[in-house]
Amino acid sequence: MANIELRNVRKSFGAFDVIKGIDLDIRKGEFMVFVGPSGCGKSTLLRLIAGLETITSGDLIFDGERMNNLVPSKRGIAMVFQSYALYPHMNVFDNMAFGLKLANSTPTETRKRVEKAADMLQIGHLLDRLPRQLSGGQRQRVAIGRAIVRDPRVFLFDEPLSNLDAALRVATRLEIAKLHHDMRDVTMIYVTHDQVEAMTLADRICVLRDGVVEQVGTPSELYERPNSLFVAGFIGSPKMNFLNGRLAGAHGCHTLGIRSEHIDIVDESAIWRGGVIHAEELGSDNYLFVDIGAQDPIVVRQAGKRQIPYGTKIGLRPVADHLHRFDERGTPIR
Amino acid sequence: MTIMDTIKSAGFYLAVAVIVLVAVFPFYYAILTSFETGTALFEVNYVPSSLDWSNYATILNNGTFPRNVLNSLFVAATTVAFALFLAVTASYALARVRFRGRGLLLMTILAVSMFPQIAVLAGLFELIRFLNIYNTPWAMILSYTIFTLPFTVWVLTTFMRDLPLEIEEAAIVDGATPWVIITKVFLPLLWPALVTTGLLAFIGAWNEFLFALTFTSSETTRTVPVAIALLSGATQHETPWGTIMAASVLVTVPLIALVLIFQRKIVAGLTAGGVKG
Ligand SMILES: Nc1ncnc2c1ncn2[C@@H]1O[C@H](COP(=O)(O)OP(=O)(O)OP(=O)(O)O)[C@@H](O)[C@H]1O
Ligand SMILES: [Mg+2]
Repeated sequence: MANIELRNVRKSFGAFDVIKGIDLDIRKGEFMVFVGPSGCGKSTLLRLIAGLETITSGDLIFDGERMNNLVPSKRGIAMVFQSYALYPHMNVFDNMAFGLKLANSTPTETRKRVEKAADMLQIGHLLDRLPRQLSGGQRQRVAIGRAIVRDPRVFLFDEPLSNLDAALRVATRLEIAKLHHDMRDVTMIYVTHDQVEAMTLADRICVLRDGVVEQVGTPSELYERPNSLFVAGFIGSPKMNFLNGRLAGAHGCHTLGIRSEHIDIVDESAIWRGGVIHAEELGSDNYLFVDIGAQDPIVVRQAGKRQIPYGTKIGLRPVADHLHRFDERGTPIR
Repeated sequence: MTIMDTIKSAGFYLAVAVIVLVAVFPFYYAILTSFETGTALFEVNYVPSSLDWSNYATILNNGTFPRNVLNSLFVAATTVAFALFLAVTASYALARVRFRGRGLLLMTILAVSMFPQIAVLAGLFELIRFLNIYNTPWAMILSYTIFTLPFTVWVLTTFMRDLPLEIEEAAIVDGATPWVIITKVFLPLLWPALVTTGLLAFIGAWNEFLFALTFTSSETTRTVPVAIALLSGATQHETPWGTIMAASVLVTVPLIALVLIFQRKIVAGLTAGGVKG
């Protein structure tokens, strides 16, 4: 329900600056994802918003109200942790009810809200179990349930899926997406370093690098119009191909970026030529690694399933509309 | 092969038997002696020769002994309560609150426990006179608490440090104050450590002799170890071994019972291992 504003927010641990002046607006009901390389300060920023760390300078504003000096429980937030952080000695019901009990909610009200959240997550039959009697996926659902019960205006997630195996991760991701649809007016902030999670869940993505915001935008904005070489390389999987030197010079830039799906395999009118040195078949997609004399082999998504033997020389042609050109400082030339 | 195995396991059990024998024999002999009177006391025997309860009757009807037991119980229990309360709160701060000089403080606490009792006896005596608690249970409670706290704080700090930080943060987000975190979240997880340290503090307080001897002057305020040591026989030159042994057995049994009861708890607490999760 909250409109979140960060105004020149900074955080240092001793002499070590981690968050170096962040300005960001997160809209009511928006699903905002923080991504960035390890150690860039994603978790720290989330914890500043939660109130688990104190803000060194700057303002954190929820709905026009300054939050800097409010304790976490007074901010109307709920947080889901990477390790679930369930209370090991309490059963599922008590885990979910703990916050309500501390807030002096009546037993009937508590029960009603816990059961409602449990139904939403289909963990109603687990209410009597202890956390250690649950699977990883169930534990994470309980942790999410505990957050729902608080009826927060801001939902915070710090890599909630990274302890789950691949299949469960997909299922729980869907669960979270559904949650976002069901709780339209709750603002959600989600930290991850998983490309797919970021692209599929986010209304907008905030790319952080070294304690500053690189770019904020919808997934497709970031994907199609990255504001820097860094974002271009960070968003998208497989990574965008980067060409330097002569190959880039031919297009009037310092670095030329082209995504694997924007390269056609052609016989005539080829711009680059090279031999296939490796192929990755993922079932739905087929990626060819072609050595065209650049630093790294260029990755090409192959339409169809035509087998191309290793070493075959093929011709490549980038789709002109999808070339990303960057200057020496990594800023795009448009 | 099988013969070797048999020899090996036989050797193992022999070793176990020897260790158990050495460990248990003194206590066994005390029990034997406690059932003997008169000259039977001085005959060496390894199996019960008589079952004479008169030593027990003597000790229980000895004016102050039951009182001494109550004193000991009160002193030990209160010491445990104080020590655990102070140690839990202190170790929360030492393990979880960042402040300047935390490492130094921990080392100081450890250093305190290295002083021998006799070295601080005079100073402690002055303190106790100053507080006007000489010859009361509080004199012993104070001194025992001082001496058990360093160990208790260290053990609990180590335990507390190993509790996952995210659980504490989840509680903070849920609106828990430090006091609620300690009592509702950490204490249930610290049970095994509390039982262990509490038990050791209890045993230490129950058996302590030097302070108890120094800080009491009247028979009614003495604790059991002092009372036993000061038991006198019919004449000045007779040491009433039978009665002493009966008294010793009487005061050891509660300890053994405590250990047996809580040993279950400790094991249960450990196997519950709820922390991961
Ligand atoms: N309590 C702290 N004291 C000192 N430095 C810290 C503290 N917490 C985090 N840092 C530092 O701040 C930086 C950012 O940490 P943070 O946990 O926010 O990174 P992250 O982006 O979440 O990384 P990851 O993807 O690995 O989780 C790191 O260099 C880290 O070492
Ligand atoms: Mg992190």
